Amino acid sequence: MPDSDVVERGRPAAVGTLDGIGVSPGLAAGPAYRVAPPPRLPAPAPVDDPEAETARAVAALAVVVAELTRRAGAARDSTAADVLNAQVMMADDPVLRETVADRIQAGDDAAHAIAAGFAVHREAFEAAGGYLAERVADLDDLRDRAVAACLGEPMPGVPAPGHPFVLLARDLAPADTAGLDTTQVLALVTEAGGPTSHTAILARSLGLPAVVRCAGALTVDDGVLVTVDGASGRVEVGVGPAVVEMTRQREASRRQRLSDPGGPGRTADGHPVALLANIGSPRDLTEGAEGIGLFRTELLYLDRTEEPGLDDQVAAYRAVFEAMGGRKVIVRTLDAGADKPLPFLAADDEPNPALGVRGLRVARRRPDVLGTQLEAIAVAARATSADVWVMAPMVSTPGEAAGFAARCRDAGLPTAGAMVEVPAAALRASSLLRVVDFLSIGTNDLSQYTFAADRQCGDLADLLDPWQPALLSLISACAAAGRATGKPVGVCGEAAADPALALVLTGLGVSSLSMSARAIPAVRAALAAHPLADCQRYARAALAADDATAARAVLPALVT
Amino acid sequence: MPSRTVVVGSASGLHARPAALFVAAAAAQAVKVTIRTGDKRPVPAHSMLSVLSLGAKYGTEVTLEADGEGAQAALDELATLLAQDLDASEPAAAPKPASEPADAASPGHA
Repeated sequence: MPDSDVVERGRPAAVGTLDGIGVSPGLAAGPAYRVAPPPRLPAPAPVDDPEAETARAVAALAVVVAELTRRAGAARDSTAADVLNAQVMMADDPVLRETVADRIQAGDDAAHAIAAGFAVHREAFEAAGGYLAERVADLDDLRDRAVAACLGEPMPGVPAPGHPFVLLARDLAPADTAGLDTTQVLALVTEAGGPTSHTAILARSLGLPAVVRCAGALTVDDGVLVTVDGASGRVEVGVGPAVVEMTRQREASRRQRLSDPGGPGRTADGHPVALLANIGSPRDLTEGAEGIGLFRTELLYLDRTEEPGLDDQVAAYRAVFEAMGGRKVIVRTLDAGADKPLPFLAADDEPNPALGVRGLRVARRRPDVLGTQLEAIAVAARATSADVWVMAPMVSTPGEAAGFAARCRDAGLPTAGAMVEVPAAALRASSLLRVVDFLSIGTNDLSQYTFAADRQCGDLADLLDPWQPALLSLISACAAAGRATGKPVGVCGEAAADPALALVLTGLGVSSLSMSARAIPAVRAALAAHPLADCQRYARAALAADDATAARAVLPALVT
Repeated sequence: MPSRTVVVGSASGLHARPAALFVAAAAAQAVKVTIRTGDKRPVPAHSMLSVLSLGAKYGTEVTLEADGEGAQAALDELATLLAQDLDASEPAAAPKPASEPADAASPGHA
């Protein structure tokens, strides 16, 4: 028989791994302490020396008084201190001591005398009803503590060892956690409970790592060093001080990463949402983004009377790609026309430029301009290690998307996508994703075309509100197509920069959010504070709203 | 036996904080003071559990009793304390001796 079996049989759970359900992410390490169950009264024992027995009972009550006095002194708010002080006075009650002494004289042992002494007042509390009836639990707690002290058993209730610890319990009720000193509790581990139990909700709100449904947690002896992984649900029991220290460092760096501008976008439960930056030139580059979600190339062309040459373009793209190292850069091909007219592409007079030859449509007339640009992007991409994707603006049909993707592949650019700015494209998102590798939703133009409201027209700003449920419906359709095909569907535009709306977009199933770099930290923080299931709930509620105002009201506390 | 009957002035009744303040004040007296509601059995005023068990609410009439030297002063002090709202963050300054609850409202009172 292997040695480990012998060790385990001799001292169960002293060392080993316990697995539960991680309900609040984070790592913690430290000595574990159990919420001890209330003591059971043993069979009555005969009393030989009533004086000594009385002294034992009085000493047990004094232990409770001392413990609660210490806690009252450490309480951080005056309400908690008042409650504890009132409990001290109950345990220190002279009438209680007299009753206990009388019972011992009548033949009770100390533990039974204490129980009987409290029982008198318990009846009175119950009879009084209302507030006092609710305090019966406090009285029972005092009795259990005094009886445990009398029997030499661990104090029931949430322990207070006087230093930080991992709390082990069967389950935690609100009453247990109301006075929980969160400066002392490192993590919560329960044998019962579930992902929506009080323990889980409390832990997430406090940012405490927590594991529920962890069988065997209460077999761990008080003071044994454990590590807790609130994401995987794993609890390692009987680790050494070195592992504790290492775990604490890992947690410190995990928290550092979360607050670090370079950290990846994640919901509270770890669902990744890439946070990308919108840029127009190398000047806009930032370290805070996981990549570039929208590289607008038209700035390079503006103010030029002629198309920029291949070499000029290669140099400009290369500057951006090099700065991004191995990260993703999504290049949008020239988006000329409408509000961005270019002299060398000057179209004939158009009565409605926004509905005219713009974006990819320019390639109908000038396929050579797109060809040169794709070639320049490909040359620059080959010279650097950036993960270069290319997408076309103003795609309306799967046919246009397929034509663009074919030209990208011919140029040596393997990852081609389409922007979704026209409702027709959103409605046929599945068809588009059969011919391209990803979609990126340009919410500004998609609003304009969905609501037939000119982006330049201030009087129609309410129609262009990115919280408009109709816009969210189109985004939802694109995201659903992305999930069905396993292809990325991102959002670039103002919508992604609103932390509250970013949660809704995440809930709709969008896989990346691209925004101005300075908007990223707030969006990252919002995501980190909400699990995916909550985002999905917000998304359903926003979709069900009748107007933008009602959709926004889905997350009142978040709009900052 | 000297006694005072007073109406509980604490908004939450004679519970946690008000009860603790009252019991502590009673324990500090040189004489033993009892408290009762109506014609029920009087209980020791320095016993937290007994005082709580009265279940006295805001507006409940309670009667304090004490005997011996200093009984009058002790009763005055405790009665004044009970009449205050002890849930307020700070109880009023030390009570003046020899004031009947009715006096406070009488126009001739300084």
